[in-house]
Amino acid sequence: MSMNMNMKFEPKIMAFVCQWCTYTGADLAGTSRMQYSPYVKIIKLPCTGRIDVQFIVKAFEEGADGVIVSGCHPGDCHYTSGNYYARRRFEMFHELMSFVGVDMRRIQFAWVSAAEGRKWAELVNEVSKRVEELGPFNVFHALREQANELNP
Amino acid sequence: MARIGVFICWCGENISRTVDVVKVAEAMAGVPGVVTSVEYKYMCSDPGQKIMKESIKNDALDGVVVALCSPLMHEKTFRTAAEEAGLNPFLLEVANIREHCSWVHENKEEATKKAIAITRSTVERVRYNLQLKNITVPITARAMVVGGGIAGIQAALDIANGGHEVVLVERTPSIGGHMAGLSETFPTLDCSQCILTPRMVEVARHPKIKLYSYAEVESVSGFVGNFEVKIRKKARSVDTSSCTGCGICQEKCPQKNIASEFEEGLGKRKAIYVPFPQAVPNKPVIDRKHCLYFTKGKCKICEKVCGPKAIRYEQEDEIVEERIGAIVLATGYETLPATFFPEYGGGRYPDVITGLQFERLASASGPTSGELKRPSDGRRPETVVFLSCAGSRDLAKGISYCSKICCMYVAKHAMLYQHKVHGGKAYVFYMDVRASGKNYDEFVRRAIEQDKAIYVRGRVARVYEKEIEGVKKLVVKGADTLLGEQVEIVADMVVLASAVKPSVGAAALAQKVGTPYDQHHFYSEAHPKLRPVESNTAGIFLAGAAQAPKDIPESVADASAAASKVQILFSRKEMERDPYVSMVNSDRCFGCFSCEAVCPYRAISRKEIKNRSGEVLKVVAEVNAGLCQGCGGCIAICRAKACDLAGYTDQQIFSAIRGFNTTSTYEEEVVKK
Repeated sequence: MSMNMNMKFEPKIMAFVCQWCTYTGADLAGTSRMQYSPYVKIIKLPCTGRIDVQFIVKAFEEGADGVIVSGCHPGDCHYTSGNYYARRRFEMFHELMSFVGVDMRRIQFAWVSAAEGRKWAELVNEVSKRVEELGPFNVFHALREQANELNP
Repeated sequence: MARIGVFICWCGENISRTVDVVKVAEAMAGVPGVVTSVEYKYMCSDPGQKIMKESIKNDALDGVVVALCSPLMHEKTFRTAAEEAGLNPFLLEVANIREHCSWVHENKEEATKKAIAITRSTVERVRYNLQLKNITVPITARAMVVGGGIAGIQAALDIANGGHEVVLVERTPSIGGHMAGLSETFPTLDCSQCILTPRMVEVARHPKIKLYSYAEVESVSGFVGNFEVKIRKKARSVDTSSCTGCGICQEKCPQKNIASEFEEGLGKRKAIYVPFPQAVPNKPVIDRKHCLYFTKGKCKICEKVCGPKAIRYEQEDEIVEERIGAIVLATGYETLPATFFPEYGGGRYPDVITGLQFERLASASGPTSGELKRPSDGRRPETVVFLSCAGSRDLAKGISYCSKICCMYVAKHAMLYQHKVHGGKAYVFYMDVRASGKNYDEFVRRAIEQDKAIYVRGRVARVYEKEIEGVKKLVVKGADTLLGEQVEIVADMVVLASAVKPSVGAAALAQKVGTPYDQHHFYSEAHPKLRPVESNTAGIFLAGAAQAPKDIPESVADASAAASKVQILFSRKEMERDPYVSMVNSDRCFGCFSCEAVCPYRAISRKEIKNRSGEVLKVVAEVNAGLCQGCGGCIAICRAKACDLAGYTDQQIFSAIRGFNTTSTYEEEVVKK
């Protein structure tokens, strides 16, 4: 990633959220005019159960420094069980990524309901701050360059 | 090459105060494939929409991004406008730069960069949007109501009076449910049967209602508007069409000591029986478990005495099929049996009874003709202790919830007791009195003030038997937490307001129908506040205590609400819904059916792929668009990448991810300019 050295590091964080709870929760943070860090950008999905772990890998590959996955609280899934599948899938993915050596502080799984605008703002601030401290995810980005070298 | 138009809204100052919308428009103009990029003060206004509509036509757009408020706000508005301009509405996407950007950031430079990133990502996504069409599903305007208690009766009558056919399925030999067995109802103290039985008769007589009593739902397939239901008509051993309901069989049946379900075990019935005199249908049924002919092979007295020759020993269960458009689940409740409370002597002492048993004792049609007598020795109880919250709100009994109806019926019982046994003493142990409802609290006050019920706040630790002057009494030991002392009451009868729980088989039925239920097996509503009588499965509605403990007025209100929902559904011949459904690429699918396992809507079926000579080559998954709700669970689980979700395809998501980051230096350049 090309970065001007005299510039402040601005982390890129991608959030995969479900449309029923967290997306609406983020809307509520907006209508309540809660101020939070601008580094998190949302991709809306019908349900966290829709999230393929490849999305997360893809996000890193495309230059993200951190990822948030957030959906409805247990028992609140609009589709009854999607968030449980997401949680299990995420657990497995967590293991795999730790094994590969990814710093798991870059990935945050959360439950944010449609009523939790405040929680969303806090989550964004917390993850932004953490990823800012961790710095750019150069290890992963370098992998891409290596892969390109291997398969030109 | 795509021809995308980007329309950015100022939202007055709401967006433009912190986002430099002009710069966003400039940035988007430079994106490959974007042919027009404009901003306007109020995009949602008529002139604003006109700008977009004209551009769709003049610039021959095949994709549109509107960057403004949350899609929950105006997605529909702009999609409708796009459709009016001749563009498939699903080729338009909203970039949320207000709720998710301008309103939550103060730094204009940062907010502008973020707005560019959001809009850019949406542009990348829209490149891969597919032309979709709302799905239309034909609707069979026939409803099935499961459960013939007051909720089911009300729902069936309302739907039928609305002009639609109704199939009412009741598990027991008669409709009526628990309400048929109640003595009097709170807060008016009118006789339960007097208000219920005319409605039962109305059901039987209604030309639009087909009643299957002594029948159960065997299976349900299909989806909203198009359910195929199989109903098992259990063998009654009586031909209901020739039976006149004269009752002679019941009179002559020699098997007379069977505990009557209707009398809550306090009365007896025969092996061939009508559950209660006002039963609908008023036709007997043979209880094969107790019938001498079925158990020992001889007797046949009922056949001999039957004038119209309606007895059919050889009758078998029959499966009937019905085509149904909507289902109302009104399966009701039951209460914990007395045996569930060994600490209170339930099951050990016959005079420890449940609230429903007390109803029968107090009912004029009950085993004692409404006279209050102890089940053990028939004596008049001079002192009765009522225990509310027996099991409710008691995690030790596995029940966290309040059963809701008990506070009221306990007050009613105390009152009825006082009316029947003058000078008797009624004690009520309670945790709190929850009497919220029209005229409810006044009712409880009446029980306390007029009818002198003695309310003791506290719980009972145990109940044991003690013989006093040759009479077996029940000693109730508990605490009065207001006085802070132990109390001991010598009573003649103990009535447990035992917890309400869903009917046996509620969960099994939910599984057949494919609708969710909670840990207590109450059916789950689609939304606790805004959609209380709908289930999460389209076309399945809920009424009465099957969803949560409820009293009669609430059950009736529920039933009418569910009936109204059914009629909304039936008001159209076809139903339109979002096209966000899963699709399966059968070339890629190798038939692991993981999708089938995760699908909460049973929308995945198996399709055989055959060659020309009809041999099955492979079996693949197929999505029923009528059932699919578009959660996307099947896509994430699919190993072959054979599933995809219309409107949220992998390609769209990957492209959106890329869209955020290709702007890494790009946004900065634009902002600096």
